[in-house]
Amino acid sequence: MILTLLLMLALTPPPDSTEVLIESVVTAFRPPDKIIPAQTLQGERLERLNALSVADAIRYFSGVQIKDYGGIGGLKTINVRSMGTQHVGVFYDGIQLGNAQNGQIDLGKYSLENLESVTLYNGQKGTAVQSAKDYASASAVYLQSRTPVFSGRKRTNLKATLAGGSFGTVNPSVLWEQKLGENVSSSLSAEYLYTTGRYKFTYSKLNGYDTTAVRQNGDVRALRVEQGFFGRIPDGNWRVKLYFYDSERGYPGAFVRQEPGKFRHEDRQWDTDFFTQGSLYKEWGDWHLNASFKYAYDYLHYLSDPRLDVSTMYVDNHYRQQEAYLSLAQSWDIFSWWDVDLAGDWQFNTLDADLVNFVYPSRHTLLTTLSTSFRWTHLKLQGSLLHTFVDDNAREAGAAAERRHEWTPTAVLQLIPFDNKNLTFRAFYKRIFRMPTLNDLYYTFIGNKYLKPEFTTQYNAGLTWDKQWIRGVFRKLNVTLDAYYNRVENKIIATPASNQFQWTMVNLGLVGIRGIDAAVGTSLALGPASADLRATYTFQKAQDFTDPQSPWYGGQIPYIPWHSGSFVAGFDYGRWHLNYSFIYTGERYEAVANIPENHAQPWYTSDLSLSRSFALGSHELKGTLEVNNIFNQQYEVVQCYPMPGTNFRLILSWIL
Amino acid sequence: MKRTLTILTMLLALAACREPEETLPSTQTGVGSGEAGEITGFFLLNEGNMGSNKCTLDYYDYATGIYVKNIYAERNPGVVQELGDVGNDLQIYGARLYAVVNCSNLVEVMDVATARHIGSVSIPNCRYITFKDQYAYVSSYAGPVEIDPNSRRGYVAKVDTTTLQVVDSCTVGYQPEEMVIVGNKLYVANSGGYRVPDYDHTVSVIDLTSFKEIKTIDVAPNLHRLELDAYGYLWVSSRGDYYDIQPMVFVINTEADFVMEQLDLLACSDMTLCGDSLYVYSNAWNYFTQTSDVNYAIVDVKTRQVLTRHFITDGTDMQFQNPYGIAVNPNTHEIFVTDARDYITPGKVYCYSPEGRLKWSANTGDIPSRIVFTHTPLLR
Repeated sequence: MILTLLLMLALTPPPDSTEVLIESVVTAFRPPDKIIPAQTLQGERLERLNALSVADAIRYFSGVQIKDYGGIGGLKTINVRSMGTQHVGVFYDGIQLGNAQNGQIDLGKYSLENLESVTLYNGQKGTAVQSAKDYASASAVYLQSRTPVFSGRKRTNLKATLAGGSFGTVNPSVLWEQKLGENVSSSLSAEYLYTTGRYKFTYSKLNGYDTTAVRQNGDVRALRVEQGFFGRIPDGNWRVKLYFYDSERGYPGAFVRQEPGKFRHEDRQWDTDFFTQGSLYKEWGDWHLNASFKYAYDYLHYLSDPRLDVSTMYVDNHYRQQEAYLSLAQSWDIFSWWDVDLAGDWQFNTLDADLVNFVYPSRHTLLTTLSTSFRWTHLKLQGSLLHTFVDDNAREAGAAAERRHEWTPTAVLQLIPFDNKNLTFRAFYKRIFRMPTLNDLYYTFIGNKYLKPEFTTQYNAGLTWDKQWIRGVFRKLNVTLDAYYNRVENKIIATPASNQFQWTMVNLGLVGIRGIDAAVGTSLALGPASADLRATYTFQKAQDFTDPQSPWYGGQIPYIPWHSGSFVAGFDYGRWHLNYSFIYTGERYEAVANIPENHAQPWYTSDLSLSRSFALGSHELKGTLEVNNIFNQQYEVVQCYPMPGTNFRLILSWIL
Repeated sequence: MKRTLTILTMLLALAACREPEETLPSTQTGVGSGEAGEITGFFLLNEGNMGSNKCTLDYYDYATGIYVKNIYAERNPGVVQELGDVGNDLQIYGARLYAVVNCSNLVEVMDVATARHIGSVSIPNCRYITFKDQYAYVSSYAGPVEIDPNSRRGYVAKVDTTTLQVVDSCTVGYQPEEMVIVGNKLYVANSGGYRVPDYDHTVSVIDLTSFKEIKTIDVAPNLHRLELDAYGYLWVSSRGDYYDIQPMVFVINTEADFVMEQLDLLACSDMTLCGDSLYVYSNAWNYFTQTSDVNYAIVDVKTRQVLTRHFITDGTDMQFQNPYGIAVNPNTHEIFVTDARDYITPGKVYCYSPEGRLKWSANTGDIPSRIVFTHTPLLR
């Protein structure tokens, strides 16, 4: 299989599009990015990926593993360069999505419907004015929702979409953008999703059993409504957003041996999330300012009822999280080639849960960054120093963790040796940590308030080669290659206390990660047709160095394949568009003991989509048919969580 | 370009066909010296982590001294998803081997001479098994749900071993664990583990003729293990509450059904009886100190005195990360201790001479827990 990938890389006339954006990522109003390169999927390319959620799209980036529990409702989290989910900051319209409780964001909950771009930064983003939070995670994903753009004299953009397909999925959505004045516009986006979550899957062994079952209790009902306001002011802009998400979903659970048809998982989860956020950007000559705020309220209800599933224990828990956030960032261009940035963020989190002996924790976080960058024609440098102060409180005296101060630096270098700027070398060093989450510290029975932060150190060196042509078959060629070494220290892991039902959190892990990310992209023009090709490859050796006495010392950490990759090909012909995407995840192990019992087979899926647009006067109609996992491969990403086989989706859009 | 695409398509089409994985074979390791005896070997059940479907069965053969890891899958390739999820108990009765697989909600019944599947009994959230005459008795957490779903009692299922059907059930206390049969009475230790901090603290007594609970004996919170000595006394372990109430052992007089003694200084995670010697180990967690306290002891059940606090005498117990199971060969008096290590990687089983010196050790499956000795050699 690896051979196939290599062949693909070799055979494909060099493809396009790791899209190393040094310029603006959609933030049309914003000042340009400066130093750190990123992987971006945006616009058409994003739309054509057969991707329902952000998680599906992110799989096409190099250096990324998605943990996917299967189906539309299954939890989907991202792990960048094997450092762990909690080290990835996920930002929505520039402001971080928080989950103080467990530190992980379910990317399956974020629809691509109204997103304009998805960008992944290793290290950190490097725009001129950015909040302290932008410096505060080991890697970051930025989800950018559509900013209204009105062509000509149009004052209204309308788009209505109806999607549906396998698993009884119905997914209508509307987008209404309105120009409210010369400098103010609004955008309303609403989406509803329902799926039964039922799909057939097969487990079989060579010369052994062969069983097919249907995934049960995987239904999802979700409503998302977003209202945004966008405005321009002299030398600046502002935006405000209201976001509401309400869902109910079942947990299909691990597929383990059971008497067929006798037991069915019946546990369910209800989520209600609300947030409002806004930001203001303004320039005064050489001085730039960005101010942001956010308030978020997340409610989660989990119910497991033995009246529905006799085998289970009764659990009826309600969790309420609140977050308040303020940020002020400023940047001063001392010279055209030198600027200094100062940013300060304050965040306050509370967690309320109806658990026995719960301590009702709250947390103040103060982040301050001082950063500077130098930009010459052939050399760009950026250095930043982040100070983090964390102060936890608990209702019960003595239950809270001690206050913490941490200083963490980052240094970035970019070298452009030739005047034609086709070739760029880069390197970065970053040290950052994640605080133990409120669950790690305070969850009844499991939490451990003595936990220290989990630190990551990253060393990265890479290059980009980028060229464009005006004539000929090849129009664009882009190659990126990065090699890195990461260390995760004081890794927070769950360890058993004395039996299966009692675990506690400890700082025990040490992980060393050596990796290579590569991507090749190209655009081709073939007469009236055009093609867009992109391939990525990731190599990772992520070893557990926790206990030198352990027989598994140096073993590859769970769920990290040595080899993984993707290939995407898009073809345009008139109003027709055909897209093929392929994902490969190589062999890996489900535990650090790299033995046959824990071996997980490689999996690879191929998806196809065909779309055509029709003009109806000033209106436009667009239809897309997607076929996913066309070879009906039966696979798992997480052990005992089967993934769907071949499935279909039909999307019809009407655009005014 | 076209050629490239054709090749690509062909490669992908090839790549798309993926063979299913083979059934995992067992692995053999020579560990012992090979000795003949009435006891021909033992089976060891590995729990496997919840949701991983990795409950496995190992076998040690005395005659050859070979430890065989993971014997169930290759002997039963047709059983869908092997042994299942979280093995909790293992017993031999007659010519059969019974494994109670907790999260698979079933009791797997095998032929003790071949470890081949005979049948299974579906019992939700089943925990432990014991036998009398033609019946097996299985404790289960999943009793009838009454008005308050949070206070749901457990039950003991009566299984006819000839038909593998549940023929009767008797509601007992909360989250019942181990059982012991004395004459015509079945004793079951109730834990109440789902009702933290309102643990159960009783032993239920069932009359086997009427199959009704006839009384409860108030003992201590969070009961777990039961062991019957030769004098009719029932040893009961309490896990405490992991905060203030320490784990300890109680002794019940089964004639009159009352607690006759409390052994304050004897914490117990598991215990096993060999003659008059009760081998006990404890791995007691405390939330205040965030530490586990590991102890070993041999108690003389006749005098109810602790004979020693160290039955492992060569210091190799320092290697244990999480002692998880104990067994003593009734003939040779060899002591077996299992180590579940970090629960997410394979564990180990250690064999000690009666004097407490390490004879051999072997790698097991994940979370090795129960050991049963067999008199029937396992056929290949």
